[in-house]
Amino acid sequence: MDDRRALQGWGGTSPSVSLVHPAGDDRDLVAMVTEPGRRGVLARGLGRSYGDAAQNGGGLVADMTTRNRVLSVDTQTGEVSVEAGVSLDTLMRLLLPMGLFVPVSPGTRQVTVGGAVAADIHGKNHHVDGSFGDHLASIDLLCADGSIRHLTPLDDLFWATVGGMGLTGVVLRVTLRMKPVETAYCVVDTERCANLDDLMQRMTTDDHRYTYSVAWVDCLASGASLGRSVLTRGWPATLDQLPRRLRHKPLDFRPPELAVAPAHLPNGMLNHLTVAAFNNVWYYKSPRERRGEIQSIGAFFHPLDGVRQWNRIYGSRGFLQYQFVVPFGAEDALRRCLTMLSDAGQASFLAVLKRFGHGNSGHLSFPMPGWTLTLDIPVGSAELGGLLDRLDEEVIAAGGRLYLAKDSRMTAATMRKMYPRLEQWREIRHEADPDGVFMSDLARRLEL
Amino acid sequence: MKDAIGNLQRILVLGGTSEIALATVLKLAEPRQGVHVTLAGRPGERRAAAASALHAEGLQVTEVDCDVRERNSYEQAIASAFDADGDVDVVIVAFGVLGDQERAWQDLDAALELAEVNYVAAVGCGVLVAQRLRAQGHGAIVALSSVAGERPRRSNFVYGSTKAGMDAFYAGLGDAVAADGVQVLVVRPGFVKSRMTTGLSPAPLSQVPEQVAEVVVDGLRQGRRTVWAPPPLRFVMSALRHLPAPVFRRLPG
Ligand SMILES: Cc1cc2nc3c(=O)[nH]c(=O)nc-3n(C[C@H](O)[C@H](O)[C@H](O)COP(=O)(O)OP(=O)(O)OC[C@H]3O[C@@H](n4cnc5c(N)ncnc54)[C@H](O)[C@@H]3O)c2cc1C
Repeated sequence: MDDRRALQGWGGTSPSVSLVHPAGDDRDLVAMVTEPGRRGVLARGLGRSYGDAAQNGGGLVADMTTRNRVLSVDTQTGEVSVEAGVSLDTLMRLLLPMGLFVPVSPGTRQVTVGGAVAADIHGKNHHVDGSFGDHLASIDLLCADGSIRHLTPLDDLFWATVGGMGLTGVVLRVTLRMKPVETAYCVVDTERCANLDDLMQRMTTDDHRYTYSVAWVDCLASGASLGRSVLTRGWPATLDQLPRRLRHKPLDFRPPELAVAPAHLPNGMLNHLTVAAFNNVWYYKSPRERRGEIQSIGAFFHPLDGVRQWNRIYGSRGFLQYQFVVPFGAEDALRRCLTMLSDAGQASFLAVLKRFGHGNSGHLSFPMPGWTLTLDIPVGSAELGGLLDRLDEEVIAAGGRLYLAKDSRMTAATMRKMYPRLEQWREIRHEADPDGVFMSDLARRLEL
Repeated sequence: MKDAIGNLQRILVLGGTSEIALATVLKLAEPRQGVHVTLAGRPGERRAAAASALHAEGLQVTEVDCDVRERNSYEQAIASAFDADGDVDVVIVAFGVLGDQERAWQDLDAALELAEVNYVAAVGCGVLVAQRLRAQGHGAIVALSSVAGERPRRSNFVYGSTKAGMDAFYAGLGDAVAADGVQVLVVRPGFVKSRMTTGLSPAPLSQVPEQVAEVVVDGLRQGRRTVWAPPPLRFVMSALRHLPAPVFRRLPG
């Protein structure tokens, strides 16, 4: 059943070939980890990280999606135990009808719980609820020596694993605290913001009133319109906020799959003109201001999940996602980055801006209090590498960092400057895995 | 490991003083400082000069002794480049000798020298490097062949025959290792003004090493298996291959 094949991240760049092993039971994985070969072992979830985090060229890769059972649900406390390969999509489909929602939802439901732990993912509620690692009671980690350790937030190895990108071991099982909800809907306020100042001002003033908050920024707008954006914020809807027609099935969650993007669209289909035109229509189509709209969880959180494999629209050369955070107080750096991107006219549909709240104890966890900007960029233009290297410099100078789950091109030197707790993480990892059994292409590139 | 933009981390050059190889390394390393290159070649002034030229451009350079006439020597050089920290992204197989073409078909030593360096050692290195890259699950080999191998002519058929052999070997190797994530790019330059060709009168479509380097880098990016430098040579060679032998023999040069 093992399968030698090329693996890529969601961005479709830098493939490498590994031996992919559908994960069996614990014993099967212990056997794999204790015979790691020369190139080591890595767990892979649904491959939604953008770069090379979930691939291990020449080595072994455990496909965790075969381990997808929900083990127990406590409807009183909301505590749920699952195998690490279960997807957030499955959790939502099974548990929303019981009034339980995932504590953190990324922009797609197609990620595994193991991947969510390993990247310590964040959602639109980070400013009030923190990241995925903040909602865990415990994890079972298969370590390099073949032992299975039950870890809680009291253990250093727990926090080296949260955000540790699979490099401390294989997460086998996770116990997490779900969030009680009355409905599968959100109440959403939408506002159009003329520029970056307007946007940051609004977010700073009353983001704390909302559970969920995110802004879509038009990266091609420049000058006085730099940072032109649409801000959407909301709360989980309570039963009495639903219109009558939805009230008889408040927890109904059956998101449709709309379409599959064609195999590969021609390279260069997304260029400055097509994207600029799209962004214009999108901006003026958004309401100047709308309050209290009821949106389904699918529509509000995962607009892109309606199109399967939408990543193909970027053509065969693939694309990358650039996501950075700069601390509060570094608004100028954020503005400079946005200006550089806008000036370069690197086609990106939209960027997403969000305010982070407190970070957690994860040594390599990405979130820190500040502004995080995310954008998709097709690969291909000769200037792109240099532009992003210059953006890295801005981010470092501002005391910020890039998100490993999205990164596909930074350097080891950059990484060291961005993650001040890297050395501490290395020590813990070295103790748990002295021979470097757990390995990935990302780890090789960044010399982790 | 090559990143999403195409930035490389490590390059190995076998035949570390080849001008085409050095131009290619510079072009591959252009976007970012600090790319690591191992120059495997015979010790001496030329290798040292190549190393300092690359160093001056911001590359990290390691020199390794390698005489491809000795099997032990190239085995060790390849092992040391791959056993160092970090995967090798691109290996350039660049060694080769042109020799005196008239001596080469009449003098046994001269003939065997060409065959051993250009063909036997190329095959040996190809085998070793391919195994290493397969084990990584990614990487590329650039094999510097020549249009002279496509249809060897009276004027340089010994050289041409060795290149025909190595060209066929690397083309087949490319097919054999594609499923392992390894790309093999066979490069067929026409006349290149370089140290190797000083004294020869340039043929039409002649070029400098930097132009070949450009073609190589594009070919790697596009995932090609064979490239001609300059690219129009592809069509010239295709026409030449199909000329009836009596006509072919009467061509000048
Ligand atoms: C459309 C889209 C939107 C996104 N939006 C967001 C967002 O809003 N916020 C956010 O934080 N992220 C977001 N992401 C990124 C995504 O949430 C993370 O990359 C996540 O890690 C993907 O999970 P996965 O199961 O696909 O993991 P993979 O991509 O398969 O793996 C990611 C990492 O997790 C490790 N891993 C996976 N399973 C295990 C395991 N069982 N044990 C140990 N290590 C493991 C892998 O080794 C790898 O290092 C988005 C991605 C996409 C495609």
